Amino acid sequence: MADSFEQALQAVRESALAKLAQASTEEEANQIRIEVLGRKGNLTLLLRGVRELTPDQRRRAGEQANTVKQELEERIEEALVRLHDEAKERVLAQERLDITLPGTRLPRGSLHPITQVMAQMVDIFTTMGFQVAEGPQVELDYYNFEALNIPRDHPARDMHDTFYFSDEVLLRTHTSPVQIRVMESQRPPVQIIAPGPAYRRDSDISHTPMFHQVEGLLVDEGISFAHLKGVLTFFVHEMFGEGTPLRFRPSFFPFTEPSAEVDIGCVMCQGEGCRVCGGTGWLEILGSGMVDPEVFRIVGYDPEEVTGFAFGMGIERIAMLKYGINDIRLFFANDLRFLRQF
Amino acid sequence: MRVSYNWLQEYIDCELPPAELADLLTMAGLEVEGIEEVGSALKGVVVAQISSIAPHPQADRLSLCRVMVGKEAYPIVCGARNMKEGDKVALALVGAELPEGLKIKKAQIRGERSEGMMCSEAELGLSSNADVIMILPLDAPVGTPVADFFKVRDHILEITLTPNRGDCLSMIGVAREVAALTGARFHPPTPQLREGDDRIEDTVRVSVLDPDLCPRYSARFITGVQIGPSPFWLRTKLERAGVRSINNVVDVTNYVMLEYGQPLHAFDFDLLEGGEIVVKRAAEGETFVTLDEVERALDKDTLMICDAVRPVAIAGVMGGLNSEIRDNTSRVLLESAYFSPNGTRRTSKALSLQTESSYRFERGIDPEGVLDAALQATALITQLAGGEVAQGTIDCYPTPIPRAEINLRLSKVIAVLGMTLEREEVHGILKRLHMEVKDNKGEEWVVSPPAYRGDITREIDLIEEIGRLTGYDRIPVQTPKMWVLPLRKNRLEKMEKRAKDALAGLGFSEVITYSFIPPQALEALRLPSKDPRLHPLALLNPLAEGQSVMRTTLLPGLLDTARYNLSYNNTDLKIFESREVYHTQKKEKLPQERRSLAGLAMGRVAGEGWNVPPQEMDFYYVKGCVEQLLAELRVPAPTFTHSEGISYLHPSNGAVVTVDGVAVGTVGELHPAVAEASELPPGVLVFEIDLPTLAERFWREVTFTPLPRFPSVDRDVAVVVDEGTSAEELREIIQGVDNTCIEMVEVFDCYRGDPIPSGRKGLAFRIRYRSGERTLTDEEVNDFHQEVLKQLHTVPALTIR
Repeated sequence: MADSFEQALQAVRESALAKLAQASTEEEANQIRIEVLGRKGNLTLLLRGVRELTPDQRRRAGEQANTVKQELEERIEEALVRLHDEAKERVLAQERLDITLPGTRLPRGSLHPITQVMAQMVDIFTTMGFQVAEGPQVELDYYNFEALNIPRDHPARDMHDTFYFSDEVLLRTHTSPVQIRVMESQRPPVQIIAPGPAYRRDSDISHTPMFHQVEGLLVDEGISFAHLKGVLTFFVHEMFGEGTPLRFRPSFFPFTEPSAEVDIGCVMCQGEGCRVCGGTGWLEILGSGMVDPEVFRIVGYDPEEVTGFAFGMGIERIAMLKYGINDIRLFFANDLRFLRQF
Repeated sequence: MRVSYNWLQEYIDCELPPAELADLLTMAGLEVEGIEEVGSALKGVVVAQISSIAPHPQADRLSLCRVMVGKEAYPIVCGARNMKEGDKVALALVGAELPEGLKIKKAQIRGERSEGMMCSEAELGLSSNADVIMILPLDAPVGTPVADFFKVRDHILEITLTPNRGDCLSMIGVAREVAALTGARFHPPTPQLREGDDRIEDTVRVSVLDPDLCPRYSARFITGVQIGPSPFWLRTKLERAGVRSINNVVDVTNYVMLEYGQPLHAFDFDLLEGGEIVVKRAAEGETFVTLDEVERALDKDTLMICDAVRPVAIAGVMGGLNSEIRDNTSRVLLESAYFSPNGTRRTSKALSLQTESSYRFERGIDPEGVLDAALQATALITQLAGGEVAQGTIDCYPTPIPRAEINLRLSKVIAVLGMTLEREEVHGILKRLHMEVKDNKGEEWVVSPPAYRGDITREIDLIEEIGRLTGYDRIPVQTPKMWVLPLRKNRLEKMEKRAKDALAGLGFSEVITYSFIPPQALEALRLPSKDPRLHPLALLNPLAEGQSVMRTTLLPGLLDTARYNLSYNNTDLKIFESREVYHTQKKEKLPQERRSLAGLAMGRVAGEGWNVPPQEMDFYYVKGCVEQLLAELRVPAPTFTHSEGISYLHPSNGAVVTVDGVAVGTVGELHPAVAEASELPPGVLVFEIDLPTLAERFWREVTFTPLPRFPSVDRDVAVVVDEGTSAEELREIIQGVDNTCIEMVEVFDCYRGDPIPSGRKGLAFRIRYRSGERTLTDEEVNDFHQEVLKQLHTVPALTIR
């Protein structure tokens, strides 16, 4: 009797485990639980038969049955968890997206390339210790020319095609008048840069009637041309890269002496010679020089006490070289397809 | 200036090839912008001799020539008639390629063999003369390449001279500069002249009435000249310098100007009334016809060259039609003068007439070179046009222009350049530049520059020359000591940066438009006539009508940019600009320049795609942008009121933006009439923000608000009101309830239509209650909400839904 009980118990166990192994859904697993462990389940019914055994047999059979019951409960529970996870995975797998569809488009704006390049230039100079100064764009002839040592009949005025409002009032042709306004208003040391628009009566593929410059001025005791070279070399290396070659070439500006134009090795062809640099391997990027003693005299500084240097450069020019833009007029046409590239 | 490399060689022994010479000059401040190679395409063109000429059997106008190159004979069919047997010619052999791209091939011309071509000057690219074939001098060695014989192979250096270097506006000047830079030997020309017995004073009288404008005036007199074409060498030199050949006498004056930098003028003496030259100012209002046959109005500061009765030239600028050299001129008066730079410039500007002559006088010529140039020109005229030179020169030079005397200190040279230099080196440079070093004691000198260097008057000018000749590349690179000074960045700049970044973040692209606009663009805004924006500052000399007044508002630039972009099919636009506008000020010479910020939006909201339906931007979209912008600027919450009276906004869809009772901007739809006048479709949205006012009144840094410690409760209320009642009124009533626990009130729905009768609208508000001290109970919130409802009932015709 006892043996047959044990056999029956094993049969129930094995059949349940076999079915469980076959179960592929939670429902099936639950069904097995009811079939085996439910009120009318075959293990439950088998256990009822224990009453008919001797107390000794009953105790042993009870232990055996409980072990099997416990095992089956655990195995069913395991199966349920596993099947539940599998079911979830199946659902998630059905939610699979076409991840190649475009992402939701978000608004994208942009700052004008002139603004961006100007900010970069200002950063470089303020890092060195220059302060930002401003001056009016509608300017007096005095500040734009006279005080910069460009008297009315000087041929240097040919270099500036000027917009006038009256004999005395004009649109500044460069940012240099800010130099004078700053020096008039303070004593040395002066270390300023002045970014902003300037205007010349000129319009073609390389000129627009409005353009932007950054002006720089450093006045103190003991400032020399070697310092001019130092500051501008630092700037060029920050702006165009450490290895960019540059050269200082004698030139003429009425408000600086000695004067120099600065060329950098062509950024397009690395000095090999190309269309952009006209085959020379060099690109002119700025004008500079030691402040002319006459300018110091005009603002009331003593040229025997202080010296200084000044420089000015076109922001469009720098931006064109930096980004490879071939037509200056693009900056002011404001075509969205252009603006959005920056 | 175009400088011929070959020509330059006549004055210096310089071995440098053209490209290296160009570099040298560029690095010395004479910027060479380009090198043009000329005459190099004459490969296969040689000197040949015509041995026989026979008529072409088939064509009257052609001839059969036998042309010899050494022992080789070439049959050539030729259409020209100006040659004869024995003439030397330029023969292009088979295989030669001419400058115009013509390739010479064997040919049959009307049945006759032709193995080459005898060339005209034009075909060789030497001049524009295409009428006749070129006959070479008899001593031309047969077989020599023509290019070598004429030295036509040349390099033209295009030099851009700075205004201070008038002394280099000549071949001699550039040669002198090269000599100073390289140490090469410099040998200027030494003209020889045989004068006749008649003295110039016997025939010619010169008086200078205005020596301030004409410090020096000299004249030479040549009789019996034969006017004719110039020889080939002269024409080539002129043409390569960019000067047109006229005739031998005029060409000589131009040639010597190019050579010496001294402008000259030749008068037909027989056209000068009274045989007299008077240099004096013109009468105000006088007119004069110049060589180019233009009648010009003169003023009383125009210096004129006159004869006994009338003007014959505008001094230093251009000669007159009434006295120019003619084909039958026989007596020539040659003028060589020094006219004042400022005077010449004023006249040239006043007449809008710049000539090779005025260009040089303006920049200052060599006052001590006046006679040398006249001598060279006179010698050349007699050489090329014959004639006899009167004895002597008239030279009116009452007050010689003194040479500068400049103190130069070695210490100052070193201080300015920032490099160490020995006194010998400095002294050597001064000597190479032909400076006279008068007083030479220790480390100081007294220096007199040569007369042609009128630009050198001060110590700093000498220092520049020393730096230049030393080479800027030898000056060390040093970092200056800088001071730590406060940054001057002001609030406006900081606020502008925040605003630009915020707008870019909202999808706006920054634009930069010209500060000048067409006046019509302001009229298009329908501004009332008294509006100061209608009265902009106007340019006297705009480049175009469309750029003739300074903008008083940024809107025209934005509208123009929108129109431009629409034309390129950029239909969905969000753009802004932050720049100055200009307002004239009474009693001030300069206008007020005020930073202004404006934006424009039209088309669809960015973001449309397969998963987002298209949405047109409307008033609320742009209002939202403005609210977001102001939030980024940390200014107090703005209020919006209807913009009655803002002419360029839609009468119903525009608002004035107010912060703490201060108007700080506008936002709304552009008035359809303005859109139409600006050639834009309706529905353009714009905003303007007054950044300076915001920066001045409402600038603040971020301050942190502690996070709430107690939970909040949201309650909604839905009301129906008349259309005339604004959401903002109701919000203010709710917010105005005396209860510190009302944390937030927001509209979350606006509804029109069934079941709400027309003329009324439904609005729903969400109110957030929170206490800073405790968790609110339901009962408390109910009480608060009841009070809100009670207050809302004070609004006429309001019903709670």
